[in-house]
Amino acid sequence: MPNQETSNKICPYCLEPITREDEITYCSKCGVPHHTECWRQKSAGLTVVEKPKIPETPTPKKPSGEPIISFQGVNKWFGKLHVLKDINEEIYPGEVVVIIGPSGSGKSTMLRCINRLETIQKGKLFVDGYEISNPKLNITPVRAEIGMVFQHFNLYPHMTVLENITLAPRKVRKMSEAEAEEIALELLEKVGIPEKAHAYPSQLSGGQQQRVAIARGLAMRPKIMLFDEPTSALDPEMIKEVLDVMKALAREGMTMVVVTHEMGFAREVADRVLFMDGGVIVERGTPEHFFVNPVEERTKLFLRQIL
Amino acid sequence: MSFDVITNNIPYLWEGLKTTLKLAAISIGLSFVLGTLLGMAKLSKRALIRIPATLYVEIVRGTPLIMVIFWVFFLIPILVGHSIQPFTSAVAAFTIFTSAYIAEIVRAGINSIPVGQTEAALASGLTYWQAMRYIILPQAITRMIPPLVGQFISLFKDTSLAYIIGVLELTRRATIINNREFKSFEIFTFTALIYFVLCYAMSRFAKYLEKRRRVGETKNEKIPEPEIMAGDIGAQTTP
Repeated sequence: MPNQETSNKICPYCLEPITREDEITYCSKCGVPHHTECWRQKSAGLTVVEKPKIPETPTPKKPSGEPIISFQGVNKWFGKLHVLKDINEEIYPGEVVVIIGPSGSGKSTMLRCINRLETIQKGKLFVDGYEISNPKLNITPVRAEIGMVFQHFNLYPHMTVLENITLAPRKVRKMSEAEAEEIALELLEKVGIPEKAHAYPSQLSGGQQQRVAIARGLAMRPKIMLFDEPTSALDPEMIKEVLDVMKALAREGMTMVVVTHEMGFAREVADRVLFMDGGVIVERGTPEHFFVNPVEERTKLFLRQIL
Repeated sequence: MSFDVITNNIPYLWEGLKTTLKLAAISIGLSFVLGTLLGMAKLSKRALIRIPATLYVEIVRGTPLIMVIFWVFFLIPILVGHSIQPFTSAVAAFTIFTSAYIAEIVRAGINSIPVGQTEAALASGLTYWQAMRYIILPQAITRMIPPLVGQFISLFKDTSLAYIIGVLELTRRATIINNREFKSFEIFTFTALIYFVLCYAMSRFAKYLEKRRRVGETKNEKIPEPEIMAGDIGAQTTP
């Protein structure tokens, strides 16, 4: 697995990934690896970090304006199983929020509530000004504003890549075929596979399929993109190509909610990280806070297990 | 043994075959529509839609076809207040009967499509009906073709039962000729042969359809090469 070093270890001083070639030392207190040079400069009192320094206490980013997604005391049960327990969370336009946690912690369920692939039983949930939790609300127009990428891609196997991408713009936005195809080709260019426009999904690798799925989500020009473990079903060598597309998207200012196990991605791209366990958001904060100074015992244990 | 009885009666039997084909075609068309709706109703979340559909399917599937034919032929006129044509009555009976089986095929076909397909379609802003029409049914139909054709073949053969209520289809006409000429062996062998040839053709056609659809989905289709413009070549050769 060639990417392991780079994807798992980030220097806490300069926030750049640590590669095999870099000279590194480990923190004497917590054992976190960092660039030797960065540490030296830091000790000498020089400023090397461009991004904010590691905060001592959790200080989630509080952008101005209204939240685009707002969970207010959200509860959900699957039968007797209480999967979401009193979730309160606000996500602002342009934010990249990464949800991590062990399997069965409710993170995917929380994500799927946002476009009502799962309904909630208690509490209120607002997305883009709509009350998703109101059962009388017609969800279809809201869903058109939210792109979603799934773990298993869920491309339509009976349609070409181009048809996969243009279907919703044509049928929901009532775009002409030419217009929809123009957008689709532009997006395929962006995700790096313009030559696959007329291929069928079964002719593509997993990484290519997932990039098509991202293009399909973007074709509706959504306000929010949801990613449900987008790299979990991929072979290791294909993870990077998908993450690169997602990083580019984050740089453009797309509001993204990402459920993932890619800690490297979380550290590099996320504005905020939520850690869930047992249907509860146990800890939240900036990636720096989260990976360097987690407060909760449960978070520390989880990070020890995966890093 | 003499084949005169057949050659002499070809035009008469041909009329019967036309009626049989018409009966089968109309019943197949109607039962496909009704069966698809029933199959989708059986998958509905709303009990008010699901339970009647389930009841219908169970009752019809638990009844012999001949009972459905009699039931429609003798009871409907009483309910409606006037008699109806045997042909119409037969179409109704076959539609009622076959749609119950098609409902089961459709339900199983839709169920066999991974739920992620529906989720992806709905998440992209498509309505439930659009998701069904563009995503689920086209995929489900590929999987439904073999059992559907089996059902259509059996319906085609079952149209012979319409002779009992006096529809002048192939079997009825064969019986009439036999009553007149007493050549059972020739007449019924020839009639059976007609049924067989048509059923066999249908089953071959289904195989072909199945193959063609599968090719479209998975086989490597040639990706068109980018066209070289005449101007490009010119640019290269010009010094």
